Amino acid sequence: MPGKLKAKIVAGRHLPVMDRASDLTDAFVEVKFGNTTFKTDVYPKSLNPQWNSEWFKFEVDDEDLQDEPLQITVLDHDTYSANDAIGKVYIDIDPLLCSEAATVISGWLPIYDTIHGIRGEINVLVKVDLFNDLNRFRQSSCGIKFFCTTSVPRCYRAVMVHGFVEELVVNEDPEYQWIDRIRTPRASNEARQRLIFLMSGELQRKIGLKVLEMGGNAVVGYLQCFDLEGESGLVVRAIGTACTLEKISTLPSTATQPSNSSPSKDMKDSLQAAPSTFGCRSTHSSPVHSASSRLSQGFSVSVPTLLFSGMKPRHRSSDAPRARQCRPVFGEEAPGVPLSSGPPTPLRAQTFSSFSPSKSYSRQSSSSDTELSLTPKTGMGSGGSAGKEAGPLKALLRQQTQSALEQRGVSSSEAFFRTLEYPFFTLTSFPSGFLLHVGGVVSARSVKLLDRIHNPALGNTRSYKLLDWNSFTADEPETRDAWWEEIRQEIKSHVKALGCHAVVGYSESTSICEEVCILSASGTAAILSSRFMQDGSLDVEHRLSRQPVVFTSGADRVEGDMGSSASLGFEEVAPPGCGFCHIPYDELNIPFPAQLTYCYCCRRNKVPDVLFTTIDLPTEANVTGKGCLIQARLCRTKKKGQGEGNATAISNLLPFLEYELHTQLMNKLKLRGMNALFGLRIQISVGETMLLGLASATGVYLTALPSPGGIQIAGKTPSDITYEQHISNMQKKINDTIAKNKELFDVNPPEVVEEIIGSPIPEPRQRSRLFRSHSESSDEVSELDLSHGKKDTFVLEIDDTDAVEDIHALLTDSPTPPGFYSCNTEIMPGIQNWTSAIQMFTSVRVFRLNNANLTNQGLNKIFTDLCENLLKSFYFKLRSLTPCCLCHLNFTVAIPEDELIQVAVTAVAMSFDKDQALENGRHGGEKTQIKAIHENDEQLQFNLELNPDSTKGLADISGSHPSAKAPSVDYSSFADRCSSWIEQLRLKAHTMRRGSIKTTSSLEKNSPLPEGRSRSLRSNRSYSGGSVAVVKMTPLSFIPGAKIIKYLGIINMFFIRETTSLREEGGVSGFLHSFIAEVFAMVRAHVAALGGNAVVSYSMKECVFMENPNKNQAQCLINVSGDAVIFVQESELEATSVQPQSATTQTSNGGEGT
Amino acid sequence: SVELDVFVGNTTIMDKEVYQLWLNGYTVNDAVKVRIDGGIMEECEASVEVLLSDTMDQYRTFQMCERLLHHPTKLANQLLFQIPPDRQAMLIERYYAFDDAFAREVLGKKLSKGTKKDLDDVSAKTNITLKSCRRQFDNFKRVFKVVEELKGPLVENIRQHFLLPDQLARDYAAVVFFANNRFETGKKKLQYLTFQDFALCAGQLINNWTLGAVDNMMEDMDVDLDKEFLQDLKELKILITDKDLLDQHKSLVCTALRGKTNVFTEMEANFKNLSRGLVNIAAKLINAKDVRDFFIDLVEKFIEPCRSDRWTSIDVNLYLTHYTNSAHILDTFKHHSVWTRYMGVIKSCILRMYHE
Repeated sequence: MPGKLKAKIVAGRHLPVMDRASDLTDAFVEVKFGNTTFKTDVYPKSLNPQWNSEWFKFEVDDEDLQDEPLQITVLDHDTYSANDAIGKVYIDIDPLLCSEAATVISGWLPIYDTIHGIRGEINVLVKVDLFNDLNRFRQSSCGIKFFCTTSVPRCYRAVMVHGFVEELVVNEDPEYQWIDRIRTPRASNEARQRLIFLMSGELQRKIGLKVLEMGGNAVVGYLQCFDLEGESGLVVRAIGTACTLEKISTLPSTATQPSNSSPSKDMKDSLQAAPSTFGCRSTHSSPVHSASSRLSQGFSVSVPTLLFSGMKPRHRSSDAPRARQCRPVFGEEAPGVPLSSGPPTPLRAQTFSSFSPSKSYSRQSSSSDTELSLTPKTGMGSGGSAGKEAGPLKALLRQQTQSALEQRGVSSSEAFFRTLEYPFFTLTSFPSGFLLHVGGVVSARSVKLLDRIHNPALGNTRSYKLLDWNSFTADEPETRDAWWEEIRQEIKSHVKALGCHAVVGYSESTSICEEVCILSASGTAAILSSRFMQDGSLDVEHRLSRQPVVFTSGADRVEGDMGSSASLGFEEVAPPGCGFCHIPYDELNIPFPAQLTYCYCCRRNKVPDVLFTTIDLPTEANVTGKGCLIQARLCRTKKKGQGEGNATAISNLLPFLEYELHTQLMNKLKLRGMNALFGLRIQISVGETMLLGLASATGVYLTALPSPGGIQIAGKTPSDITYEQHISNMQKKINDTIAKNKELFDVNPPEVVEEIIGSPIPEPRQRSRLFRSHSESSDEVSELDLSHGKKDTFVLEIDDTDAVEDIHALLTDSPTPPGFYSCNTEIMPGIQNWTSAIQMFTSVRVFRLNNANLTNQGLNKIFTDLCENLLKSFYFKLRSLTPCCLCHLNFTVAIPEDELIQVAVTAVAMSFDKDQALENGRHGGEKTQIKAIHENDEQLQFNLELNPDSTKGLADISGSHPSAKAPSVDYSSFADRCSSWIEQLRLKAHTMRRGSIKTTSSLEKNSPLPEGRSRSLRSNRSYSGGSVAVVKMTPLSFIPGAKIIKYLGIINMFFIRETTSLREEGGVSGFLHSFIAEVFAMVRAHVAALGGNAVVSYSMKECVFMENPNKNQAQCLINVSGDAVIFVQESELEATSVQPQSATTQTSNGGEGT
Repeated sequence: SVELDVFVGNTTIMDKEVYQLWLNGYTVNDAVKVRIDGGIMEECEASVEVLLSDTMDQYRTFQMCERLLHHPTKLANQLLFQIPPDRQAMLIERYYAFDDAFAREVLGKKLSKGTKKDLDDVSAKTNITLKSCRRQFDNFKRVFKVVEELKGPLVENIRQHFLLPDQLARDYAAVVFFANNRFETGKKKLQYLTFQDFALCAGQLINNWTLGAVDNMMEDMDVDLDKEFLQDLKELKILITDKDLLDQHKSLVCTALRGKTNVFTEMEANFKNLSRGLVNIAAKLINAKDVRDFFIDLVEKFIEPCRSDRWTSIDVNLYLTHYTNSAHILDTFKHHSVWTRYMGVIKSCILRMYHE
C-alpha cells in the first residue's frame, strides 16, 4: 500500500448543451482509478458547474500508479434514460511519482470525446502521497525519471551513463476484437486509448525496473513507439539510455563532481572494481548488489546491461543470430556493404556495396563461434566477460576488432563497451569529451510477415489483461522481441566492422502494410570515452544555455583527463573541434573503401572524405559556414503481392532504394559544397503498390574534412553536337548552383593549396581497372586543381535514365528563400543569436495518385514535389519570422492507402538576429583552408571484384545455419539478393563513375548558443474570466533565450478521433486540422496543469489517418510525446536571481531521484 | 491531387490580410486572386499553389475560430487556439466591425429572420457580399440579444460582453437602440443620412432620454426611452397652444437673431411653423408609433423647411440655441428641465442631420 492518490473535482466550464429543452446540462463527474470509482453530485442546469467536490482518495500500489491513468468522465445526468457521457480526461500520474518532478496537477483540462473532440474543460486537483521507500517494491520503478530529450537534460549532470534499455509489450488491439462488432465506435476508441495508456505505463515501469537494476535513476532519449499490427495485435515498444543524473545545483558545483583519480585508476575501477564505482560514486542507493554478484560470476566488468541478459529470450542456439543475419535484410551485408552500414564514406557506399577486405571478418567470425576464449589482448583482464550471452557474436566482434585494437593500444573504453550487451545510446548529443570518434552510419532492416506470428498466449488473453510478451515467449524465437534482437545484433556487428564499439543516435522504427512489416534500426558507430560511462560526470550545461561556471569546470576536467589518458597511451588526445572526425578504424585495415586524408584541423590523424551520422552536430565541432536541410526522396513501384512473395519482393527492392537514396544524398551534399551529414534519418515506408524512401539530414561543411568536389556530367556518346551542348548547359547549371550554394551557406574559404598525404588504398589491383585511368590516386600526391567542375569531380553520365533523374532531382530542389535556413538537427551551425520567438508547427499533407499507372519517375516527381511544396508553404507561412531557421524539420512519410502518400512534418521556426549572423559569416571566411583529393573510381572497381566472393561466403554461412530457427520467415535469401544486387551495381557502375575531387575549405569554430533576449510570453493579458497561460512547444531540447529550471515529467499522450460526419466537419482537412489543434491544446493544458510553461523535445510519433469519404467517415490516431518543463527567460533570471523556486531549492543530491 | 492539407501552429498563425478577405466574404479563389493582385507572389517568391494552400488553411482556422468569436470572452480562456492577446483583440475587433453602408440599410429594422432573408437585396445594393452581410447581421442580432436583457449602461455592457473598443461599442449601441425602438430610417427623405448621422443621434438619445440617463442606479435598461419623460413632454405643448407664449417666444428669438443671420426674414416668417413642428414632435413621442417616425418628423417639420429657405448650419445652430434659451425667459413657462433635456438632444440631432 505504498501510495494514496487524491483527486478533487473543482469545476467545469464551456460544457456542451446536453439538454435541448433547457439549453443546459446537468453534469456530474466519475473519477476512476483501477477498479475504484467515485462520483460527484449532479450540478443541475449549468454549462459552468461548480462541483467543488471532496477529496476522492484511492489507496493503491505504486505499481498501479505507474501503469494506470486517472480517468475522469464527465456525464450528463438523465433521470429517465441512461446518463450521456460528455467526455473524458486521462491524467498520467507518473510525473507525481518522482520527487523532482511535479507535486500537484491542477488546472483546466479539456474534456475529450473521441467522436466530438474537445467539449469544455474541467478543473481538477490531483495529488499523490507516497509511503515507504519505493525501492523496496520491485515491481514498481517509481522515481525513475524519463526524458524524451536525446541529450543530458539541462539542469542535470550525468554522473554515469549506464547504457541501452529496451522493452516491448504486446496486446490484442481492441479494434480487432470480436466485441468491437457490437460496441459503438466511441466505446471501441476509448478501449483503445485506455489500453495504450495502460501499456505505455507498464512499459515505462518495466524500463524503469531495468534502470533500477542497472543502478541508474533516469532514462534519457526515451523513445516509445506503437506498432498497429491490425489483426495480429498492438505492440508498444520503447528504447532509451539509462543514466544516473544529478541535479545541478545553482552553486558552482565542485563538490558534486566526483573527483577523478588518475585515468589508470579509473580504468581499474571500471574493469575490476566497477561495482563500487557504480554504487558509491554516484551516490545513489540503488541495488548495487546485483552488480557485484555478477562480478563474482566472472564478469570482469559489471556493466549493468549484463544483468538483463538472463531475462531475455537468449536461449536460442548461439548461432541463430548469425544465421538470421543472412536475411535479405539490406543491412545484412553491411559489414561488407557499406550501403547499409552506411556512409562512413557514403560515396563509396552507395557506389558499390563494396566488400572491403575487412569483409572477411564476417566470414571468419561466423566460423569462430567457438572461439569464445579468444580475448583481445587488452591487458585489462576482461577476458571472457561477455561469453555467456550472445557468445558467438561477441567473440566475432572481438575478433574483428582485435587487430585494430592491438594496433592502437586498447583503451579502457573499448574493453568496457565490448562487455555491454548493446552498447547503444539513444542520445544524439553529448558533453564534450564523451564522443571520441565517429565511424559512420550503421543501419539494418528486416522484412517480416506479421501473420506468421502465432502466439498461443494471445488466444488466451481477455480484454485488457496485459501480456508481457517476453515472459511468455522466452524461448520462442519468433517474437517481436527476437526480431529486434536480431536487428540490434546486426547493428552491433556493423559497428565492429567500423572499428567502433558503440552506437550513438540510435533509433528504431517500423513500417507496416497489411501483413508485411519492415523493421529498421539505425545509428552512428562511434568510440566513446569510457570514463563517462563509469565514473565521470557529464556536464550538461553544454552548448546552448551554457553557464560559464559549470561549463568550464566540466571542460577543464575533461581535458585534464584526456591528457593524462593520452599520456598513458590509451586514448589519443582528440582536439575537440575535429577529434570526432578522425577515423576509428585502422587505416591499414579499413573496413570498406575509404578515401582518407590527414585531418585538416590538426593534421595528425586521418579523416574520411565524407562523414554521415545520425547524431547532432557536436557543439565543439569546427564548421565552415552554415548548414542546410538535405533530403533524398524516392518512390518505387512494386507489384501487388501477398505473403512471402510480397515480402521477398520488398526485400529485393530495399537495397536499391537505399542505394539510390544515398546517391541522392551524396549528390545533393556536393551540390551544396558540403562534406558531412548530421541527423541522418532514412525512412522507408511500404505500401501495397509502392515503396517510399525519404532520407533527411543536415548538411554541413566540417572544417576537418576535405572539401568536396563538384559534379561533372559526362555524355557517353560525345558525337552529337546538340547533345554536347545540352550537357554543357546542364554542367553550367550545376556549377552555378554549387557556386550559389557556397555563397548562400558561407562555405567559401579562401583557397590554399597544400600537399595532401593520401591514404593507403587497400587494393592497388582495382586501380588498374579504372575507367578513368587518369585519376589521381591520393598516393600519387599530385598537384591538384582546386576548382570543382574539372576533371576530377564526381561524374554523372547522363545516358542513363537514372542519371538524368538524379540530375533532375538535384536541380529541382528549389533554394530556400532569403531569410530562411533549415535543418533537421537541434542546432544550426553558423547561427547563434536566437531571439525568443519560436513557432512550432505540424503540417500534414496527403496526396492522392489519380493516375493508376505511374512510372517510377512519375512517382518520384510527385513525391519530390510534395515535399518541396510543403517546405515552400512553410517558408511562406512563416515569412513574418524572418530571418529565421526551421529547426528539427522532421518529415514522416506513410502510405495510408493504396493510392495515398502522406507526409507529416513537425518542426520549429526560430527567428534570430540578422546582424550578428552576418558577422559570423564574415568570420568564417577568414579562416584557414585546405584542400583534398577524393578518389572514388577505384572503389567502384574494387567492390565489383569483391562482391561475388563475399556473397558466396555469406551465402555459405546462411546455408550452414538454416534460418529455420526464426519461424518469422525472412524473405530473401541472402545469396539471391546479393546476386541481383550485384547485377544492379554492375549496371550502375557503367553509368556512373566517380572521380576525385578537390576544393577548399575553411575553418570556423561555431558553437551556437542562443541568446534570445526578448521577453517571455508567459503572462497573458486577460480579458474577463481569466486567461490561459502560454505554453511553448518545441521539438528541440532547449528554448532559446531561456533557462530550463525544472523537468516536470514526460508527456506521452495518445488520442483517437473519429467522425461520421466528415463533410460537416469541413472534410478531411477540417477534421484533421481541428484534431491536431485539439491535441496541441490537450498537451498544453496538461503541461500547464503540471505547473509547466513549455514542452521540449516534442514529437508527433504517430499520425495514422484513415478516411472513407463515401461513408462520410474518418478516423485518426495521434501519439505525441515530450518533456514538460518550467523555464525562465534568461533576462528574468538575471533580474531576479533569487527568485526561481525550484532551481535554488534543489540540492545537489537530488539526482538520486528515489 | 492534394487531398488533405493542414498546417497547425502551436501559436495560431493568422494573416490579417487574409482575415479581412474572409470577413469580407470572399471565396478562397477570390481571396487568392486578391492576394496575387496585391503582389505577394513577387514579394515572397510564392507560387499560386502555396497561396491557395495558405488561404484555405487560414480560412479553415477562421471558421474554427468563428464559434469562439461569437462569445469573445471565451476566446481569452479557451484552450484550443493559442493566440496572443493582441491578436485576440484584433480578431474580435475586426469580426465585429461592420460596414456603415450595411448598417444604414438595416438600421431600425427588426432583427428578425425576415430581415435576414432580405439581405441579398442589401448585398446587391451595398456591394457587400451576402456572406459578409449575414455575418454583420448576425453580429447585430447577437449583440442585441445579449444586451437586451441586461441592466446598466448600454455601451458599457456591449464593451464588456464583446470586448469591443469604445467607438465600436457605441456604434453597436446605436444599432441596438434603433432596432429596439424601430426608428424609421428607410424613407426616401431620410436616404441622405448616413449611419454615423444616426449613430450620433442614437448616442444623444441614449445619453439623455433613456431612464439610465437620469437614474444612475441602473435599474432599467438604456435601451428604452424614459416613459416619464415622454409623458412630461406633452406639457411642452403650451409653447404652441398658448398664443401669448408663442408670440413672446418668437419675439425673443427674433430680437436675439436680428442682424446676425442672412435668413432672418425667412426665419421670422417660419418661426411658428418650426416651433409647432418641434413641440408637436415632443408631444407625440409618448406614442410608440410616433417614436418610430421621430427622424422623419425632424426632417419634414424642421430640416426641410430650413433647407428650402437655404439656411446654413450656422443659421440653424444660432436659431436653435436662441430658440431653446429664450423659452426659459418666458414668464409662464415652467417646464425648464424637460425643455432642456428635450431641446439638447433635438439640437444635436438636427445639427448632425442638417446637411447643407
